[in-house]
Amino acid sequence: MIFLRLFYEFFKTGLFAIGGGLATFPFLSEMAVRTGWFTQSQLMDMIAVSESTPGPLGVNAATYVGFVTAGIPGAVTATVGLITPSVIIILVIAGFLKAFRDNVYVDSAFRLLRPTSTGLIAASGLSVAASAFFDTASSEAPGISISTLKPEAVILAAVLIVFTRLIPKTKKLHPIVWIGFSAAVGVIFNFGNVPM
Amino acid sequence: MFKILSELFFTFAKVGVMTFGGGYAMLPILQREVVDNKHWATDEELTDYFAIGQCTPGVIAVNTATFIGQKNQGIIGGIVATLGVVFPSVVIISILAGFIASFSHLPLVINAFAGIRVCVCVLIFNAVLKLWKSAVKGRLALIIFLVVSVGSLLFDISPILFVVIAALIGVGLVQFGYIEKEEKK
Repeated sequence: MIFLRLFYEFFKTGLFAIGGGLATFPFLSEMAVRTGWFTQSQLMDMIAVSESTPGPLGVNAATYVGFVTAGIPGAVTATVGLITPSVIIILVIAGFLKAFRDNVYVDSAFRLLRPTSTGLIAASGLSVAASAFFDTASSEAPGISISTLKPEAVILAAVLIVFTRLIPKTKKLHPIVWIGFSAAVGVIFNFGNVPM
Repeated sequence: MFKILSELFFTFAKVGVMTFGGGYAMLPILQREVVDNKHWATDEELTDYFAIGQCTPGVIAVNTATFIGQKNQGIIGGIVATLGVVFPSVVIISILAGFIASFSHLPLVINAFAGIRVCVCVLIFNAVLKLWKSAVKGRLALIIFLVVSVGSLLFDISPILFVVIAALIGVGLVQFGYIEKEEKK
């Protein structure tokens, strides 16, 4: 029964892939070899598409593999399989947290977890910056250097900072406005260096 | 009950559809929708959920949705919020699945996403500044922030390691008497 197997395979992936997103890919790669449901090159396409569609990477991948294997019911089954273990685990942890929130040990641990998780978020922003502000795939000199810096990206970032931090009226606008604005600017000024 | 559940579902569906680039790119959207608009959680709680999400299985976006839903409406709330956050992905990917291989090579898509990446950087920068006040208090917290951000950027160290060590230091501070055991917030 294909649906049970899909559920089971993605349940396992959801249970063992710790750290989100890309952590699911080694499991998917192994699943491709073992089940023959999809190919390695389909998996590669999936990574590219996940970077260009909204939503979490792991969920997108599960949906895609499920869809390729058994249509829309397959997509739903695989996605539900993937998220079931983490939903159960988080519900249990959330219950514990409620009970131990005032414990002085837990409180002290969280006081240091907050700068940790803020640091991880800052690092993820900086790693996106590498591909946003530099032409890392440049044909002459790939990598991060002054010659690969994209001035148009720096100008866009400066404009966005002024709008989102300095001007009181535009500060209140929803972040999606700026995402849409940046997508349009990227298309008009050819940010990806690909002729339209 | 039904009203608040459908509110949970649609708010998280909105967060799911607006999250480009996965994981942390979701943070600025969550701050706007869940903290500022709905008041379902505080900035402080969001950083807590992200820290826990780093060392539990599953996608961070899903873990955070489960936490906030559970806090609001118990187990059923956790499930509904989670289904909401994955719903847009299921719909979008199912639609795109047919021509998925060519989609990411379209010049329009490549150029638009080169622009979006710049925006995501700025939004994450803003989100970190917003978290800063509640998350990075005192010298030890500042040192931890610097070590973690530089360490995880330059070296291939698992985030789980940082989270576990920070939690252990926190517990150790109480155990070895740097923080009074009786101290209550």
